[in-house]
Amino acid sequence: MSRKNLYNVGALLAGLGVTFKFMFKRKPTIQYPSRKKKHAPRFHGLHELRRYGDGKERCIGCELCSSVCPANAITVIGAENSPADRRSPGERYAARYEIDELRCIFCGMCEEACPTDAIVLTPRFEMSDYRRGSFIYSKDRLLVPPEAGTGLAPDDRPNGIPSDLGRVAEIKSTVDTGEGYDATWRGTILKTQTKGLAE
Amino acid sequence: MNGFMTPQSSIWWMVLLKCAILLLVVITTFAYAMLAERKVMGWMQLRPGPNRVGPWGLLQPAVDAVKLILKEDLTPKTADPLIYRLAPFISLVTAFAVYAVIPFSEPGPGNVWAVGDVNAGILLILAMTSIGVYGISLGGWASGSKYPLLGSVRSTAQLVSYELAMGMSLVGVLILAGTTSLVGIVNSQAKLWFFIPQFIGFMIYVITAVAETNRAPFDLVEADAELVGGFNTEYSGLRFGLFFIAEYINMLTVSCIATLLFLGGWNAVAGLTIVPGIVWFLLKVAFFMFAYIWLRSTFPRIRYDRLMTFGWKVLLPVATLNLIATAAYVAVRG
Repeated sequence: MSRKNLYNVGALLAGLGVTFKFMFKRKPTIQYPSRKKKHAPRFHGLHELRRYGDGKERCIGCELCSSVCPANAITVIGAENSPADRRSPGERYAARYEIDELRCIFCGMCEEACPTDAIVLTPRFEMSDYRRGSFIYSKDRLLVPPEAGTGLAPDDRPNGIPSDLGRVAEIKSTVDTGEGYDATWRGTILKTQTKGLAE
Repeated sequence: MNGFMTPQSSIWWMVLLKCAILLLVVITTFAYAMLAERKVMGWMQLRPGPNRVGPWGLLQPAVDAVKLILKEDLTPKTADPLIYRLAPFISLVTAFAVYAVIPFSEPGPGNVWAVGDVNAGILLILAMTSIGVYGISLGGWASGSKYPLLGSVRSTAQLVSYELAMGMSLVGVLILAGTTSLVGIVNSQAKLWFFIPQFIGFMIYVITAVAETNRAPFDLVEADAELVGGFNTEYSGLRFGLFFIAEYINMLTVSCIATLLFLGGWNAVAGLTIVPGIVWFLLKVAFFMFAYIWLRSTFPRIRYDRLMTFGWKVLLPVATLNLIATAAYVAVRG
């Protein structure tokens, strides 16, 4: 039967017809750097640490994200709030919050574990850099600037869990996927990383 | 036209000028044939093809050339240095030399559209392309490495096998035309292009031409999947580039021969003589180049034993029968 296939001229011509037809088909390629695909609202990308409306950090330094993280990518070192300088509404705040994005598997467990919805995953995905050290994101890059907005906490929604669960992450993150977003956003400090305790 | 060269074209500076122009044209054609291949293959595979460098990717060949020139030129420790370095030039020079005798359009009074109108033009082309095989064979042999060696052994076997059938398929045309001068062959097709009376010969020529230029589906010599890169595995930088250029120029050469011998060269389609002959010639060559790309993006590589079976047990007997039939026809009809 193999011989029949080799000299089956009709089949050869049919094959040529297929490739010729495909030449004029619409190409599904997205011209990436100039055009970016709009991601799903719940896309698991780069993390961000959110704030409350009054500018206080949501993170209370409980380290639940760190302990739930299956990739051991998160390091949290909490510290007591002083009455003179309250960083978060709770007793403690994260003096140091670091995520190694190279270890991270973007599973979103930190997001689920967080009691205050401080850590959330955004649809941002462009994190490439030249040095491994640059992938350790500390608070200077994770914490959203006060002017970036707060998003909405699930507690603030009426009637508890909404019927359209797909919009939960969209509401939680400060990134508005409906309006588009800058996929390379890295907070106010870009490409610089200060080692040690974030002030 | 039957002289070694026409008087006008034998002036030495005229010949030099023609050579220079031809070199430039052929190199540019190679560059854009490569881009066209990547584009068309891309389209056929639902990709847009190269489109980053310059408008519509048109500067891609220039960038590729710069890349190849700047890359390191490596010679393996086990290689035979002289032959290893010489081989790409054998391929390239023979590929270019063919263009000395290819006429691109109708000869005007006292002038030809070729560097020289040699009265045994087709024989010179066949001789040159046969020498070109040495570039690949020696390059693979001299690399001193196993994959290039396999590639070069394959190239020797494949090219020898298919050259027989190719030669046979061309002789039919020569018998009908009664001349080996390329201009003469094209002129004798003024009424009827030879691909009609010599349809079997035409098909055999097209198939063997693909095999002779080591193009898919007969690219056993390079066979990226099994032999890494075949004969050119060890080559890098400019020397690899020379092989690359030679391959594309050989594609162009066999397209030109197919046009001249079977598709009536510069003879106009449907009596449209307003369009100059050179345009017709280029259109026909472009058609064959497109067919090459088309074949490559459609058919998978043929298995080696089947390649040999096909060459010896199908192409050669059919070509021989075709030749005998043509000869008998011409002998009987006088």
